[in-house]
Amino acid sequence: MSWLTEFPQLSRRDLLTLRQTLDEGYRSFSRSYGEAIENFFDPLLAFLVWFENLLVEAPWWVVIAAILGITHYAARSIKLTVGVGISLFLVGFFGMWEDTMSTLSIITVCTLISIALGIPMGILMARSHRAQSIITPVLDIMQTMPAFVYLIPVVMLLGIGKIPGLIAVIIYAIPPVIRLTNLGIRLVDKEVLEAADAYGVTPMQRLFNVQLPLAMPNIMAGINQTIMMALAMVVIASMIGVSGLGQPVLRSITNQYFTLGILNGAAIVVLAIIFDRVSQSYAKRSQRYMRSGS
Amino acid sequence: MTSPLIRIEGLYQLFGKNPQTHMHLVKAGKTKDEILAETGHTLGLKDINLEIQQGEIFVIMGLSGSGKSTLIRHFNRLIDPTEGRVIVEDEDIMELDAKSLRNFRQKKMSMVFQRFGLLPHYTVQENVAFGLRAQGVGKEEREKKAKQWLEDVGLAGYENQYPAQLSGGQQQRVGLARALCTDAEILLMDEAFSALDPLIRSEMQDQLMALQDRLHKTIVFITHDLDEALRIGDRIAILRDGELVQVGQPADILLHPADDYVEKFVRDVNRARALTVETVMKPPTHRIDAKTINDALAHMRSAKSGYAFYVNDEGYQGFVSEENLAKVAKEKGKEPLCEDYYEDSFVISPETPLEEVIPQTLDHDHPLPVVNEAGELTGELSRDDLVQVLTHTPTSDAAGNDDASEDEGTAKGTSKEPPAA
Repeated sequence: MSWLTEFPQLSRRDLLTLRQTLDEGYRSFSRSYGEAIENFFDPLLAFLVWFENLLVEAPWWVVIAAILGITHYAARSIKLTVGVGISLFLVGFFGMWEDTMSTLSIITVCTLISIALGIPMGILMARSHRAQSIITPVLDIMQTMPAFVYLIPVVMLLGIGKIPGLIAVIIYAIPPVIRLTNLGIRLVDKEVLEAADAYGVTPMQRLFNVQLPLAMPNIMAGINQTIMMALAMVVIASMIGVSGLGQPVLRSITNQYFTLGILNGAAIVVLAIIFDRVSQSYAKRSQRYMRSGS
Repeated sequence: MTSPLIRIEGLYQLFGKNPQTHMHLVKAGKTKDEILAETGHTLGLKDINLEIQQGEIFVIMGLSGSGKSTLIRHFNRLIDPTEGRVIVEDEDIMELDAKSLRNFRQKKMSMVFQRFGLLPHYTVQENVAFGLRAQGVGKEEREKKAKQWLEDVGLAGYENQYPAQLSGGQQQRVGLARALCTDAEILLMDEAFSALDPLIRSEMQDQLMALQDRLHKTIVFITHDLDEALRIGDRIAILRDGELVQVGQPADILLHPADDYVEKFVRDVNRARALTVETVMKPPTHRIDAKTINDALAHMRSAKSGYAFYVNDEGYQGFVSEENLAKVAKEKGKEPLCEDYYEDSFVISPETPLEEVIPQTLDHDHPLPVVNEAGELTGELSRDDLVQVLTHTPTSDAAGNDDASEDEGTAKGTSKEPPAA
């Protein structure tokens, strides 16, 4: 009756065999398919590289002007535009321009891919309870599993570099946009939906003219969260070779460069604040009809 | 009688996981509570049969939980029934596939909602044009029609506002304009005015009636407010716990409630305001069409009434009394009756609410003549009749009322003009 006093567990040998079998299996999988998968991502890599080069190699004032233009278009606030201009200038002034541009490019691409994958997933979840019950635990895993753990299989499969970094960032950052798209659609006023149905809309009209626009405040909140989480992931992603502000931060940790760490950390914060404020005020502006009074 | 525009036949709605398997309990006559206790299914509607004629305002009224909002959602199949048929213009809409159902909703029926159901991200004009947009109508035509309807509901100039910028009453006008904009023949109104404050509500009721005079839509109107039902309804159906308790014209419901439940409802209604003269008047028994004064006197004496309403080919002429005619009979007995012998009397019209004729009726000893627009004598209204109706005579006392002995179908024809077909 040893199981009363000791926890009944697999023997050390069984455990070892299990681990070896799984590792071996995955290894042979990555050996036989790794290249094919890598090739699959090649166009994405090419785009990523092209976009990063575009930001890094363009004259700095052109980039700043472009970002200010986007900020102004999205937020229509002089205060915010001036603030963004000053912070970007300071980031460059302290010698972090190139790294910032690399980070900016990977965050932008990650966010775009997250939106492109996340919104359809959210729609699917909102339409089917079964899809929701399958996807929800997967999202839970993605958000709670330590990032280092899922870096391992990704690196085994694709090696180190931009693409594995991108995948890691997306896995970490995509859940909010999926969850909030689902939530947003589910929260759409039932009577408004009924009204749309009563006037004989097609399922497509219903989705694009009613559900998505009305879910937009929540979807925007999800996108905002996704951007923030992507930025938070930048440092970890730099461990597997993603260039950008994460690299110097990592160097500062290993070498105890206090000031270098602070400066690069601050640059990440600046990017985060810019993304956050711009996307928030864009969301607010595009939903101004929700408020009464002109 | 023309065939009804909408027919509902044997409609049942049982809410729950396996409604079909428990239908036999419903058919066996178990009550809502018993079914809920036994199966966990909620009985929403039970054996609803209705016929709605073209051009009428048909009011379905009941308290919350009576199933009225559920019922109206069966008309355009926002909810599918467990059993039963909904037939519109001889077409069973239960048999429509998704595409023809969409088409049906776009063209045949439109709906107005209690909490308006407007799209907050569309402007007022875009909201009004929403139905046309679903139909795929071009932008230019959409905007033109939407503008026109906005004008008709009194919201010209608000085209580019968003719903959130409007008051509740204005928002519901937008809802109404949206429903009218598709030119659908049938208008479903689900507690359309219930969310509005009383003053705006009666304003909207007036507006609806004015529009209806012009458009002659078939309107199915849901309400929990009996005063509203009496005010706008051509016919009223009373729903209780998913069952129809009574269907009839406003006056029928008021004067002959089918059971205690309806009786309780109508008890607090201001009858003087809700009933019109024609619903309580009696057929004109004291009418004479005598040629001469002597003839008239002879008539009155044989009827022992002491007075009469003189009617000739051109309609109602005037009120005459035995006493005064007797005075002149010796000299002028052979002469025809003419204006000189008429007495001062009050003439009332059949559509007037009782409230407005109370003083005149009580002032006169004799019944007042009721004369319609064409000048014909259609009835008479006496003090006694008026008092009896206004003082809650027991409803079981059928003898006191002419209509009571007749069945519901014929009562419809007598008390009010049937809606134009």
